[in-house]
Amino acid sequence: MTTESPKCLVVGWLYGTKMNIYGDRGNVLAIAQRARWRDIDVEIREIGFGEPIPDDVDIFFWGGGQDQEQVAVSHDMQGEKAEQLRTAIENGAAMLAVCGGYQLLGHEYRPHNGEPLRGVGLFDAASTAGPERFIGNVVVNSRWGTLVGFENHSGLTWLGEGVEPLGKIQVGRGNNGQDGTEGAIYRNAIGCYLHGALLPKNPALTDWLIEMGLRHRYGSADLPDIDDDLERRAHETAMQRAFTTR
Amino acid sequence: MDKEFRTAQGRDLRLVASLATAKVAGAVIRRLGRGGGTSAPGLVADRLDSAMLTKLAAGLEQGAVIVAGTNGKTTTTRMIADVFELVPWRVVHNRSGSNLVRGAIAAFVQRASLTGCPGGEIAVIEADEAALQELVRRVRPRIVLLNNLFRDQLDRYGELDTIGKTWRGVLKDLDAGTTVIVNGDDPALVVISDSITAKRICFGLDEQTHRLDVLPHAADAAVCRVCGADLAYHALYVSHLGDWYCPNCGRKRPDLTYTGSNIELQGVQSLALNISEGGGHTHHLTVGVPGLYNAYNALAAAAVAREVGIPWELIGQAFDAFRSAFGRIERVQYKGRDLTLALVKNPTGFNEVLRMLTAETGGLALPTMIAINDLDADGRDVSWLWDVDFELLARGKGDLYTTGLRGPDMANRLKYAGVALDRIHSLPNELPAGLDAFVEAVPEGHAAYMLPSYTAMLALHKTLADRGAVDAFWEQ
Repeated sequence: MTTESPKCLVVGWLYGTKMNIYGDRGNVLAIAQRARWRDIDVEIREIGFGEPIPDDVDIFFWGGGQDQEQVAVSHDMQGEKAEQLRTAIENGAAMLAVCGGYQLLGHEYRPHNGEPLRGVGLFDAASTAGPERFIGNVVVNSRWGTLVGFENHSGLTWLGEGVEPLGKIQVGRGNNGQDGTEGAIYRNAIGCYLHGALLPKNPALTDWLIEMGLRHRYGSADLPDIDDDLERRAHETAMQRAFTTR
Repeated sequence: MDKEFRTAQGRDLRLVASLATAKVAGAVIRRLGRGGGTSAPGLVADRLDSAMLTKLAAGLEQGAVIVAGTNGKTTTTRMIADVFELVPWRVVHNRSGSNLVRGAIAAFVQRASLTGCPGGEIAVIEADEAALQELVRRVRPRIVLLNNLFRDQLDRYGELDTIGKTWRGVLKDLDAGTTVIVNGDDPALVVISDSITAKRICFGLDEQTHRLDVLPHAADAAVCRVCGADLAYHALYVSHLGDWYCPNCGRKRPDLTYTGSNIELQGVQSLALNISEGGGHTHHLTVGVPGLYNAYNALAAAAVAREVGIPWELIGQAFDAFRSAFGRIERVQYKGRDLTLALVKNPTGFNEVLRMLTAETGGLALPTMIAINDLDADGRDVSWLWDVDFELLARGKGDLYTTGLRGPDMANRLKYAGVALDRIHSLPNELPAGLDAFVEAVPEGHAAYMLPSYTAMLALHKTLADRGAVDAFWEQ
């Protein structure tokens, strides 16, 4: 008689509390809880300054930071460490990066004052500080259906030719306020400007990240459906509020 | 050309005419029942005479105190005003919490005589984070009190760093005759008030019992602003407030002039604490509001009162009689239910309220309604709910009821905090309906909690006032 050993996932939280500007830890919580509700063990590891990228992370999360932290983080995420992160994604690890983390996954970020910050170059994209702050509820049409979130950024992101955006803006301003795109996708890595927190009220996206994480570890994934009643209501309310407020 | 017209008695005619107009505007608005007329007269007055605030403030015998900080400024300002009233002084005070420039002007207009006298000996003005600069410039206070700087509504203010930078500029420009009273337990405030011309005085806690084991999620990364290393704490009290030091460069909490200790928390009713001044005699005070965060508010208010020269006896008397500001925490008897209402407006404030409600039993004992709106005054981004440690509520038997424009977000947050699904109940999002359903769910004769965000609190108050359960706030 054989019993299947429980599955597990390793979540790597880049710069943890240093890049957690506004509720973004809700994304880590959503991944962990939705995995645990399927009896998948989750280990959450913070990857801090000066620490290498472990090679057994299945899902990365990278949040936003204030200007000062953003500079420190960009200096840390260079050279070998950036290479390790790119390799992990090439090897199929999943990732969600929000706001500051998203910007630093492109080639560079040019702030209003000071030196441009060099990025990881995972996305063929570049960001510059813009003249205006985009603030408000957002609805995006994506391959996971509608995604709801809240944007709050002055950085403008431009995607290179052929780069797949996370989706098209239905309500809100998105990457740059002009081309109607929001976020970027490369392999199993997603970057975007959506706070909210994003994952708890967009469970289809969360489950996709978990699925990609499981495939990364086990080569296959089978996620049973779970009760999403409260998630669905939060999603619908956020959509209504987006239509009402913008 | 902006000429000043003066009568033979030296009265400023523009000021006198503007005051009369603004006062009429305030009376009309109140008469029409459009709220308390708490800030519109200020707008009117500002249009008519943009120097009015400076002119009136200059006439105050005892000068002005300005209070700023993310949390507790309304309560602290009221405590200070209550102490001053016992002197007795007539106090110019934006009591209703209308804390932008126009709210301060309205407070002055209401007090001022038609001849342009300020109508009070001293002013205590609560300043919104974004209005501090302008209020300090116009009022020229003798004391600036900075309570704390927490994460609040980033969609409104931009980032915390921005506020810190602006405040730093405000403090740097103050002259040597001004006193800046700063919460020394807040490393961010200490850094921005370092090496200023004005006199700086610090207060803080030296508390043995009420400590946190770890930095709450809502606390901003506590980093040494000089060398960039992570700060450490000998003791941590609320959010990132505590007896901090930098293990790398040796910076540490400055010497405290006013130190609070031996805090006794008496449920959702009141608290007591000891305050020592300059390491000297210790004064035992009881305060008619609950929670550790109010110990900080009382300490801050006492520091201001002492710097103005008020004897400890009067401070003790005012604190003992002090009751909470409208909606912040209050008890209401409604349809035979004993409801305790506590305002929740940002992660740190919410954490402290949850800490208070769960302190006795280690979990939530009573049914609790959480009402979350996402209007401008609440913060349009509800992301902040994910920074609150709702995991505290996973223990205990109290059921949780959610309502408000973002009630469903709140219910979802509770689910991810590990609260059992059968304890989470979704009420209608609209407030009178949500309130009615909640009251229906609480058995008659029982007690319950209601935790509304700012505009949800206004809506609850209006409903309860319309139904005769509480007074309208501008009458307080």
